[in-house]
Amino acid sequence: MSRPARHDRRRRGTEPVRLHPKPDQAFLGMPAFPDAARVALGDQQLRANLRHATHTIRAKRLNAVGEMPDWQDLRMAAAGIKDETLAHLDDYLVQFEQAATAAGATVHWAVDAEEACRIGVEIAQRHRARDVIKVKSMATQEIGLNEALEAHGIHAWETDLAELIVQLGGDTPSHFLVPAIHRNRDEIRDIFTERMGQVGRAAPDDLTSEPRRLAEAARLHLREKFLSTTVAFSGANFAIAETGTLVVVESEGNGRMCLTLPDVLVSVVGIEKLLPSFADLEVFLQVLPRSSTAERMNPYTTMWTGVSPGDGPQEVHVILIDNGRTRALADEVGRQALRCIRCSACLNVCPVYERVGGHAYGSVYPGPIGAILNPLLHGVTDEHDAQLPFASSLCGACYEACPVAIDIPSVLIDQRAAAVREKAHHRVPTAESVAMKAAAWTFGDAKRLARAQKTASLGRGVARHVGWLPGMLGGWTSSRDLPEVPRQSFRAWWSQREDTATVKALEE
Amino acid sequence: MRVSLFITCLADTLFPDVGKATITVLERLGCDVDFPVAQTCCGQMHLNTGYPELAGGLVRSFAETFAGSEAVVLPSGSCAAMLRHHADRVAEGIELPPVYELSEFLIDVLGVTDVGARFPHTVTYHPTCHSLRLLGVGERPYRLLREVEGLELRELPGADECCGFGGTFAVKNAETSSAMGQDKVAAAVGTGAEILCASDSSCLMHLAGVAGREHAPLRTMHLAEILASTG
Ligand code: SF4
Repeated sequence: MSRPARHDRRRRGTEPVRLHPKPDQAFLGMPAFPDAARVALGDQQLRANLRHATHTIRAKRLNAVGEMPDWQDLRMAAAGIKDETLAHLDDYLVQFEQAATAAGATVHWAVDAEEACRIGVEIAQRHRARDVIKVKSMATQEIGLNEALEAHGIHAWETDLAELIVQLGGDTPSHFLVPAIHRNRDEIRDIFTERMGQVGRAAPDDLTSEPRRLAEAARLHLREKFLSTTVAFSGANFAIAETGTLVVVESEGNGRMCLTLPDVLVSVVGIEKLLPSFADLEVFLQVLPRSSTAERMNPYTTMWTGVSPGDGPQEVHVILIDNGRTRALADEVGRQALRCIRCSACLNVCPVYERVGGHAYGSVYPGPIGAILNPLLHGVTDEHDAQLPFASSLCGACYEACPVAIDIPSVLIDQRAAAVREKAHHRVPTAESVAMKAAAWTFGDAKRLARAQKTASLGRGVARHVGWLPGMLGGWTSSRDLPEVPRQSFRAWWSQREDTATVKALEE
Repeated sequence: MRVSLFITCLADTLFPDVGKATITVLERLGCDVDFPVAQTCCGQMHLNTGYPELAGGLVRSFAETFAGSEAVVLPSGSCAAMLRHHADRVAEGIELPPVYELSEFLIDVLGVTDVGARFPHTVTYHPTCHSLRLLGVGERPYRLLREVEGLELRELPGADECCGFGGTFAVKNAETSSAMGQDKVAAAVGTGAEILCASDSSCLMHLAGVAGREHAPLRTMHLAEILASTG
């Protein structure tokens, strides 16, 4: 297959443009959720962008789902298929490996991010690639593939439009589906105008923030990369055990170009992405687009099974990654998080995500699913992961929206307990654990409660006397008034009423 | 009918009027209301903060206190949801008497929607998340409010969005919580209603706190207080 000559790249001979704040590094040392959220909340533009975007997609999704009379059945079917897969994951993985290998693919196993990256880098190096193109993929972000490639002098070019915006903006994604959800059109125009020329075909001088013009600028910029690059990296939305087929679902067609034009295709796939049989796709190709983009069908579904001689990539690799998934699988309550098909519906309906955006979660996986998936994959030993399960008001909108019925609130509550246990294990007595124990002691007996109420009532107006509102009242009063403690608790009123009634009865 | 009132620790301590109003409504409808004085708390705060063992103890003592009750009525959607959906997760094999949130009890058990109330004011209703999603009380509170004489009910835009209380979330992530509360209060003020009503004292406490700090022209009231009114 002949390739057009490589275009002159302006970055040659100059300092290489660093395009990848490694998720790990960018996120590492990020403040824990409450602090990151505080910063995000102060950014009025960000809040306006998020509010607009989430409300628009929310309304659309409700319509798309409302059209399906059997939505709840579909949802349960999807959850059931995933559960069945997870229950026999070992068998399905072996089946997948055999089928994919028989079809001409090479299957690799990676226990963690480091191993997965090493395999990916080796493949690119073997083909002397200086550049690779990429289909938008959460798995490659999770393992920090772009950064690993860059460390070896290989540039990875994102081809998904939103991902391109994030990459050119030197940013980290803040949403699964719309990684640049936190950016508005004017910001995007500025990024294109400033950065495109440094790394390839420049944006036209008269670029406006009209969506059509922005898309066209991206198309021309990317076209150059598609035609000059021989190695591509992707993830997969689904992997079919029965046939060894990989499936990528997308809206733009850029993904399909990456999957079909290059000579070498490397797909990084989480082991939870399996489905037993081809027929199972039927359910997921219905629930995924309606939940994520609110479309009845996604515009591009690309499937490939190993290698087809003379057609498409002639060398196909699949890197199956664990990277904490077996850890999550071992968690009886939490394992349902592995059903996730990354549709992002839970992000779009989440009132917390809507206020603070994806970056505050400090991870590749933001929003409600991120708040459970991160602690499940990594444990809750570090403060950052330990804070995530608390980044929710438990309103339940995520569970309602989730097309695979992951009971996110229940998992959140369970992971909160895990975080508390972890601290107790290290004998870190926190103000909270002391307050919780004190409250349980007070509530353990009605007489103690009555006494506490009396104390509170005597100190009316003095907030700290409401001792059992767990000793963190500063957070409350910084932005809200406290109710006044009434003169008489309900139980005091009741016993008075009872006494009066008894006296009356005796008098009669 | 004999009914046991579970007032909830929050209303008991801070909002006794909600308990009194609940009794007024139930007695007006001919119920014989009992208040088992040994009651304290449903354990929700403990469970949701990561202390399931402590919550388990509280659920067990709830079960003991209300053992043999024909019906336990409580003026809180989230505490009702805690007892109905989470109790056996913290106290395995626990047996609880039937537990009803107030609007469920009035409509499903007593079969009434007109409780004989009069309240000549404009009201907008916030269906709190746990009532809405965990309990699924649906239209019940609205049906009760629509029958109140003189009451004008205004639709609350974005009603199903969380007010931001979320238990300890309100203090652990105070800024996010308040931002959500501010939006809810703004939506309520936008309806032009005098009163923001809900069936959870906790959410109302948060919303009243936000409204108070912002000097918003809005009063908060529990559903029971409106249903008890004959003004
Ligand atoms: S948890 Fe559910 S709603 Fe959220 S991204 Fe995953 S599949 Fe979608």
